[in-house]
Amino acid sequence: MIRSVRERARRTRRPDPATGGPTAAEVPVVEFRGVGLTYPGPPPVQALSPCELTIRRGEFVTVVGPSGSGKSTFLNVMGLLDTPTEGTYLLDGVDTGALRDGDRTALRGRRIGFVFQAFHLIPHRSAAENVMLSAVYTAVPRAERRARAMDALDRVGLADRADALPARLSGGERQRVAVARALAGRPSLLLCDEPTGNLDSDNADAVLTLLDGLHTSGMTVVVITHDRDVAARADRTVTIRDGVLDEHLRPARERTTR
Amino acid sequence: MKPARTRLPRPRTRLPRPRTRLPRPRTPHLVEPSRFAPGDVLSEAVAGMLRRPGRSALTALGTVLGVGAFVAVLGLTATASSRIDARFDLLTATEVTVEDIARERDEFAGPGFPADADARIGRLGGVTDAGVLWTVRLAPGTTVRAAPVGDGADGEPVDVVAASPGALRAAVPRLAQGRLYDEFASSTAQPVAVLGASVAARLGITTLETRPAVFIGDEPFVVAGIVDDVRRRADVLMSVTVPRTTAERLWGPPESGAATMLVATETGAARQIAAEAPVALRPDHPEYLRAVPPPDPRTLRAGVTGDLDRLFLLLAAVCLVIGAVGIAHTTLVAVLERTGEIGLRRALGARSRHIAVQFLAESGVLGGVGGLVGAATGVCAVVGVALFRHWTPVLHPATVAAAPAIGLATGLLAGLYPAVRAARTEPAEALRH
Repeated sequence: MIRSVRERARRTRRPDPATGGPTAAEVPVVEFRGVGLTYPGPPPVQALSPCELTIRRGEFVTVVGPSGSGKSTFLNVMGLLDTPTEGTYLLDGVDTGALRDGDRTALRGRRIGFVFQAFHLIPHRSAAENVMLSAVYTAVPRAERRARAMDALDRVGLADRADALPARLSGGERQRVAVARALAGRPSLLLCDEPTGNLDSDNADAVLTLLDGLHTSGMTVVVITHDRDVAARADRTVTIRDGVLDEHLRPARERTTR
Repeated sequence: MKPARTRLPRPRTRLPRPRTRLPRPRTPHLVEPSRFAPGDVLSEAVAGMLRRPGRSALTALGTVLGVGAFVAVLGLTATASSRIDARFDLLTATEVTVEDIARERDEFAGPGFPADADARIGRLGGVTDAGVLWTVRLAPGTTVRAAPVGDGADGEPVDVVAASPGALRAAVPRLAQGRLYDEFASSTAQPVAVLGASVAARLGITTLETRPAVFIGDEPFVVAGIVDDVRRRADVLMSVTVPRTTAERLWGPPESGAATMLVATETGAARQIAAEAPVALRPDHPEYLRAVPPPDPRTLRAGVTGDLDRLFLLLAAVCLVIGAVGIAHTTLVAVLERTGEIGLRRALGARSRHIAVQFLAESGVLGGVGGLVGAATGVCAVVGVALFRHWTPVLHPATVAAAPAIGLATGLLAGLYPAVRAARTEPAEALRH
């Protein structure tokens, strides 16, 4: 399974649309060049100080910080849910600052897979239907949606629960459905906001193992958390405190699978 | 350029202007834009509506009632109008009644109709038959008998109608036996009578071969004919009809206001004759007479679609407004309840307009379904009432077709504000719910 995903990742490598130069593999997934966000006052609040950050394809990065540190702002900026007031943010080499609103939305929908603390599953729809929702706005033919959803559910190990309603699923299973939904959109970046925040330790472990596995198979994963234990799983941890990003380079785990 | 119409080709003074405006280069989309295909809009809307089926059903109820009332009122109106149309046949269209209102105008006035009323009205163009008739006021206890003494002497209390021959003809009688009395009998005040079939049966008169007579009080009348049907003035069937002159000779002129004139006209002449009759009859005092023309079919229908229906249509409109408010409220609650879902959809690539379209579609579907059910209910009501009253149900197809459209429009209108509200939801904010 892992090999097939890798092959798919290789196949989807495309020339950088901006320059036509290097392939997508060499273009960082996320590139913050002095990106900062200040909410206009009065008084103006600097939610995110200008920062530099580069996340390469296939990296597993955790962003750690206590509550109120600016994690949400960071998530919103990275997830194209909020526009930075300073600097340049390149996602997959695309300058997001130059985009019109509709294009930003499309970019968000196609390149970023979100996983939220609150799962955000639609309660009256089955797991498969929830996963299929990711294809509604990206013009995926109807016939293909189910196949993609089943594929994604298979990757998170829930193929047999495809027709279960979210209420029938455990917390961990729900979060895995949410991950499947993010994966079904075939994103460049899996952006997880406190993915284990609502889970007990066993379920949290299962979800983190899943994310780990996805990372191993080549997915770029960013996890925003306040939990140091979660952060310990990543090969790179970025700390955020009072809106200031600070990167401690820890001895990275050797990526033996690569 | 238009081709010149003149024969000689004119020199072309104006050269075609060069196209200065080039198509504006569109900035290419760096990303393939988000889409929300119509099929998806519909399926999402239906799924959203079925999320809480009970609530949706209750919400749609207002529209169902409004549209149902609309269809039922228009349908019942059309059905009732068609009934009136059926009743408004050729016979009523060619009938004018002239009433004697002389006493209302002047308490010292004599009878409204002149003695030569039949002749006067006969001179008007378009009159086929006309004459004065009234119910004779007999002395109390006066009965009609078949014989002065003996077995047939038990009298029957039967009305006696005095009618000129023209009036009798204008009633379009069908004779079972004998004939009607004529102008001669009338002008010479002959004691002849025409009996209604039921009266003849009650008096034991079965044949005119025996030259039977009837006695009104003690006055003998030869039975000239037996009438078994009339198309106007059904009271003739229940009466003994005698010439007007005979009645006046025996019992005096009619009481004031008792006499009326029945005028049968040619098709289309009735309203004109009604206008002319009072003057023709009483040039000196046309106000002593009142002519009643046949009802105008147009005013008839206008009368039907009158006050009551306007009231019901107003009620239907009120129901629709209530339905719209219900839908607006439910949709707004749904928008607030589903803030998280809105955030999620935005995260999945939905543009704000896609969110608006989704909620608009949901309220539209809700209204449209309400309209459909309402139309069906309205049709059922019309058919039910028609069946019950043995009428023919009449429904204009446009009414039925418009009903779901009205529901849809109500739903869309009601969903406008919630949809805008949903579209304005900030995704980052919404995702925190």
